[in-house]
Amino acid sequence: MTSTGPPPPRDRRPRPAALRSLPRALHPGAWWLWALGLATAASRTTNPLVLVLVVAVAAQVVAARRSQAPWARSFTVFLKLGLVVVAIRVTAQVVFGASAPGNVIVTLPEVPLPAWFAGVSLGGPITQEALAAAVVDGLRLATVLACIGAANALANPKRLLAGLPAALYEVGVAVVVALSFAPSLATSVGRIRAARRLRGRPDRGLRSIVGVAMPVLEDALERSLALAAAMDSRGYGRRAAVPLATRRLTAGLTLGGLGGICLGVYGLLDGTSSAALGLSALLGGVLAAAAGLRLGGQRTVRSRYRPDPWRGPEWLTAGTGALVAAATIVAGVLDPAGLAPTLVPLAAVPLPWLPSVGILVALLPAWLTPLPPDAAASAARGASAERGLARTPAAAGEVAV
Amino acid sequence: MIRFDQVTMTYPDAVAPTLRDVDLHVPEGELCLVVGRTGSGKSTLLRAVNGLVPHFTGGTLAGRVTVAGRDTATHPPRELADVVGVVGQDPLAGFVTDVVEDELAYGMESLGLAPDLMRRRVEETLDLLGLADLRARPLATLSGGQRQRVAIGSVLTAHPAVLVLDEPTSALDPPAAEEVLAALQRLVHDLGLTVLLAEHRLERVVQYADRLVHVPGAGAPLQAGAPADVLATSPVAPPVVELGRLAGWSPLPLSIRDARRRAGDLRQRLLHAPHAAALAPLPAPGEEVLTTCDLGVRYGPIVALRDLSLSVRRGEVVALMGRNGAGKSTLLRALTGLTSPAAGAVRVAGADPAALAPRQLVTRVGLVPQEAGDLLYADTVAAECVAADRDAGAPPGTARTLLDRLVPGLADTAHPRDLSEGQRLGLVLAIVLTGRPPVVLLDEPTRGLDYVAKRRLVEVLRALAADGHAIVLATHDVELAAAVSTRTVVLAEGEVVVDGPTSEVVVGSPAFAPQVAKILAPSPWLTVDEVAAALAVAS
Repeated sequence: MTSTGPPPPRDRRPRPAALRSLPRALHPGAWWLWALGLATAASRTTNPLVLVLVVAVAAQVVAARRSQAPWARSFTVFLKLGLVVVAIRVTAQVVFGASAPGNVIVTLPEVPLPAWFAGVSLGGPITQEALAAAVVDGLRLATVLACIGAANALANPKRLLAGLPAALYEVGVAVVVALSFAPSLATSVGRIRAARRLRGRPDRGLRSIVGVAMPVLEDALERSLALAAAMDSRGYGRRAAVPLATRRLTAGLTLGGLGGICLGVYGLLDGTSSAALGLSALLGGVLAAAAGLRLGGQRTVRSRYRPDPWRGPEWLTAGTGALVAAATIVAGVLDPAGLAPTLVPLAAVPLPWLPSVGILVALLPAWLTPLPPDAAASAARGASAERGLARTPAAAGEVAV
Repeated sequence: MIRFDQVTMTYPDAVAPTLRDVDLHVPEGELCLVVGRTGSGKSTLLRAVNGLVPHFTGGTLAGRVTVAGRDTATHPPRELADVVGVVGQDPLAGFVTDVVEDELAYGMESLGLAPDLMRRRVEETLDLLGLADLRARPLATLSGGQRQRVAIGSVLTAHPAVLVLDEPTSALDPPAAEEVLAALQRLVHDLGLTVLLAEHRLERVVQYADRLVHVPGAGAPLQAGAPADVLATSPVAPPVVELGRLAGWSPLPLSIRDARRRAGDLRQRLLHAPHAAALAPLPAPGEEVLTTCDLGVRYGPIVALRDLSLSVRRGEVVALMGRNGAGKSTLLRALTGLTSPAAGAVRVAGADPAALAPRQLVTRVGLVPQEAGDLLYADTVAAECVAADRDAGAPPGTARTLLDRLVPGLADTAHPRDLSEGQRLGLVLAIVLTGRPPVVLLDEPTRGLDYVAKRRLVEVLRALAADGHAIVLATHDVELAAAVSTRTVVLAEGEVVVDGPTSEVVVGSPAFAPQVAKILAPSPWLTVDEVAAALAVAS
């Protein structure tokens, strides 16, 4: 152990040396792979217990390893968004949903719709089974959202873009610029609305929006020109000379690879197609794209300032994500009923052991990854006080003083 | 280091070239100051150094521009990024990343420097510009002076031989401007950097310059030479130089220190001269038209104004001063109802501005915002004037008549975007005055104005005050405040620190005293015009 910091209190178990390290930010790619693994698991099951387990695991890791940066608060936002999704899904089922057989809870007055409106009904009987199916369906979507929210909270999305391979660097910059554009657009709308008021024109209502649009667009255009000039003056877009044949090969490999990745992801997330097919398309695509990006990287002369390292904790985090996805996919083949329990008729839902254990493995990063630097700093004071208390209760008074 | 050979630059669709047959050579290690009226082609000259003109702007450039031996015709800006660093007027518009440290590294990343070299240079630059405490700060939370220093640092990490700055201090309060200029001074002295700098506020920078280039505009030949020689005839000159011309000092003084050492005789002559107040006594202020009572404004958890009580009468010109973020703009926003007070009350011409509909507002209070162009929508001056009459419910032709008084001879068909800064300010002022508001507010009106346009603005504001308007202007420009205001209010952290007659408040204040006051202290003279009038009477 190279750490000079105090060991965590009351934890005397030895740990593998590779995983212990000084507080630092984990590579954002590791958190995103971990979250995508959880999201894959969530999208392949309709078992509410498994879904709740996924959310709980994500929440625990976020609570343990998020920093104090502004984006770290986004997990709650995504959770609330998930609740809204569940509510919308249930409302839609109540109002528009076709009735399913089962126990009728309440019967709403039914509005007769013309024959060509087949498949949609307004009102009618609502059954427990249909309601439960709607809740589970909404919950699945909410869980996927929670996984994305966890990734957002744990890793700065902008740093993730900065970690893109050299060949994709320009795309990354475009996205970063677009992301910082939204706040500046908001200030420019505010400025121009103020100007309308000063000219004696309405600054509220629909007419004002029409009047504001044009100047705001002009403003945005001027700003992007200024930024483009600044970036050009600072060396953006410098190129190394590369033969034409290499450039063509690069383009072919990259496009083919990205197509393969799309097919593969679709195959994996869509529960009805074969997982093996999806997995092989994904692997082939990743390999081709990686080769293309590596070749493409030759054209850029760019280097990276203080890149995030990829070490043991990153492998562990990304690995647990992959393990979760793998466990759910295997379980889907071995025990389909556990992951997709029947809802008609309603019955107690079993908790399948294989996916559950897999998902619990994804909890490991909550303890085995380094603390983010700012959280470590603020925790240091509390921890030292606690250690003093645990070691010599008699000295607790002194420590407190 | 920088060489212009017979450079003629014509923008697309332009009738005449912006620069004609320019020959200029800036040797290594020189701080060269570019001066000239707005629209004379200063920015074009600056942007031609790293090839933004014409590679980025379009147009044709005849002749040759070479920097460190590289021809800009064959090297686009990105291929010159390692020899020329360019810092624009608005640093925030040029930032690519969102944290100080990343911004410093961005240029080096583009150049493909080795990681350990980048690390070393970032640390060195943080120390050189005094940014070490700010390294992890988001760029959006920095103050104006800090932003400008980060912008300079971000081009400095690439170790350019030439630094080009376009009005680096125009948006800054006096202390922040000092901070930036001190950093520049250090770069020139310690690192031997060649600096090309354009600035309107000559009083801030002229004493640091090794050489002055005057761009007269309209294709006339450049004048380059020692600052004192060029300024002897230049139409743009800081007050210290004008005072020197008036007193017949030769060579002309460029700094307060030079001038003070020569001014003993002038101070003696002025001792018995009648003072401006005696020559042209100010008309007594009229009725009270603007009051705030214990005004408080907050943005979220931040208190922008606190317990602010102020009253302004007709015929008064009040200068609102204080550092960036002291609450000057917020006060102006509260006075026009753009921000609702969290506490206290505002009365403007007998009404609460926040409760007024926009149409009623324009007949009571007018504000010329910092970005004056925001108020312009139409594509001709005539259409703008017609719209102003309609918006304010004034008889047709009111705005045009006002405009002719403020800026005579503006063509009806001119596009507002093509006007010079001074003309545009005049147009906006005419629009604001169309509703005949008793209260006129101006936010930082001299940003981008040259000395000639500034003198015109002073005359216009004096005439408005004599007409019975109450005028409040928020400004960093101590020379403008000294020339036009009858009263100065200094804000700090949203509270009034000083409120009194300008001649009493600014004399003796190191930050807010104009150059003439510093030279002739302890006598309370504020402007060159006052001194000239007094000398004329005395002789």
